[in-house]
Amino acid sequence: MNVIFVLWLREVKRYLRSRPQIIASLGQPLLYLLVLGYGLNRVAQIPGTGGYFQFVAPGVICMGILFTSIFSGIGLLWDRQFGFLKETLVAPVPRLQIMAGRTLGGATIAIIQGTLVLIVCMLAGFRPQGFAAIPQALLFMGLIAIVFAALGTAIGSTLRDMQGFQMIMNFLIMPIFFLSGALYPLANSALPLRIATHLDPLSYGVDGLRGALVGLVQIGGALDVLVLGVLATAFVMLGAWAFSRIQV
Amino acid sequence: MIKVQNLSKTFGEVKAVADVTFEVQAGEIFAFLGPNGAGKTTTIQMLTTLLRPTSGTITIDGLDPVAQPLEVRKRFGIVFQDPSLDQELTAYENMDLHGVLYHVPHKIRRERIETLLKLFELWDRRTSLVKTFSGGMRRRLEIARGLLHTPKILFLDEPTLGLDPQSRNQLWTHVKFLNETEGVTVFLTTHYMDEADRVAKRVAVIDHGKIVAIGSSAELKAQTGADSLEAAFLKLTGTTIRDEAANSADAMRQMARMWSRGQRR
Repeated sequence: MNVIFVLWLREVKRYLRSRPQIIASLGQPLLYLLVLGYGLNRVAQIPGTGGYFQFVAPGVICMGILFTSIFSGIGLLWDRQFGFLKETLVAPVPRLQIMAGRTLGGATIAIIQGTLVLIVCMLAGFRPQGFAAIPQALLFMGLIAIVFAALGTAIGSTLRDMQGFQMIMNFLIMPIFFLSGALYPLANSALPLRIATHLDPLSYGVDGLRGALVGLVQIGGALDVLVLGVLATAFVMLGAWAFSRIQV
Repeated sequence: MIKVQNLSKTFGEVKAVADVTFEVQAGEIFAFLGPNGAGKTTTIQMLTTLLRPTSGTITIDGLDPVAQPLEVRKRFGIVFQDPSLDQELTAYENMDLHGVLYHVPHKIRRERIETLLKLFELWDRRTSLVKTFSGGMRRRLEIARGLLHTPKILFLDEPTLGLDPQSRNQLWTHVKFLNETEGVTVFLTTHYMDEADRVAKRVAVIDHGKIVAIGSSAELKAQTGADSLEAAFLKLTGTTIRDEAANSADAMRQMARMWSRGQRR
């Protein structure tokens, strides 16, 4: 338990110490929020949300969580490169605990980052449907964070260098984001796109969070929780397996 | 304490370690010498559960590192050849984290961290982030950290690389002290023959993945008719300079230097 805690603490400390990075990683979601949110607010009318800005804000929060959590997992690559990974790999601790500490740490900073994006959204004019929505929103933020932090750990365990990282970015992370329905409604889209969307884990997170914050549900809250819960378990197991296989 | 039989490790076409057999007794200080790229680090990585052997068997304190990695990890400590500190943490935090990973109880942990940081003259800088440290200070911190818990076997992979004579002296004095008082078995590699001569009871010389000689320093000198261990080493391994293949981690380290600030993740 102690081991999980110190490794969790390490991730959180590293995050809090890199303030420029916190601000820098707010930039991208903010850009989407302001450009798309304000830009399309007049043109795109989405029933049941009170404007495109209200619609896109939860998607932008998901974006912040997705990137932070998956990068924290891939941060393993940096630890490999700076050598710290070896220090944890030879320690007399089950690797499952090491992986758990790292993943929980990554998920925690992703939740913090998501909360920061939410606050920025609210400063920019986003209004959740009520404060009662917050606990439910946090549940979904937490689930998204764990799913993708674990996926990041699994990926980070198998990559050897940064070349692979570009591939992951372009062929995995960006598609996950764009196909998730974060930016546009799922209804009325073409069938192949709808299928792709339903295969995308983030779609369930976006749907759940949007349901909590602005009351627009396209898949269904209970199904969202179920799918995310199952995926979180599966990815944590996958990540733990991949992590236990690491050789230096 | 360590028993290695017909150990081999192949990376693609390259035979890094080829059919190596040796034994290290409990309580012994054993030096593993060889030119760059001879297979020293690869052997240590297999002994310390970081790499799986291609063939051959290893027994550490009666256990197989492939079958029971966790049990084996409980028995050794290691100072790596290349950096393994968390640069975004302070010196103290690095020590403390290590102590938790190795289950050193809180109170003892605090005392030992203080003793070791003072011994290696890092106590005044304990709250500084490691990334602000010079190369020598980082090296000292790695060594202090490696000595924080008292394992049955201590692996030292070129521990004195980049250390000044004062720190080197501290290190070997401390290692000898641990060996004599706690009976810690020490397995070390070094390029400084005088160190091996001074501290090691027995020496193995490895070249091109094969052990070319094994015995006490005096035996090796007698065997080659040389008057120092260094001369004996050169007679055994020749005078050509070796190249070491760079791995992807080295390439990335280089890239990281280019991208150093603000791009941590």
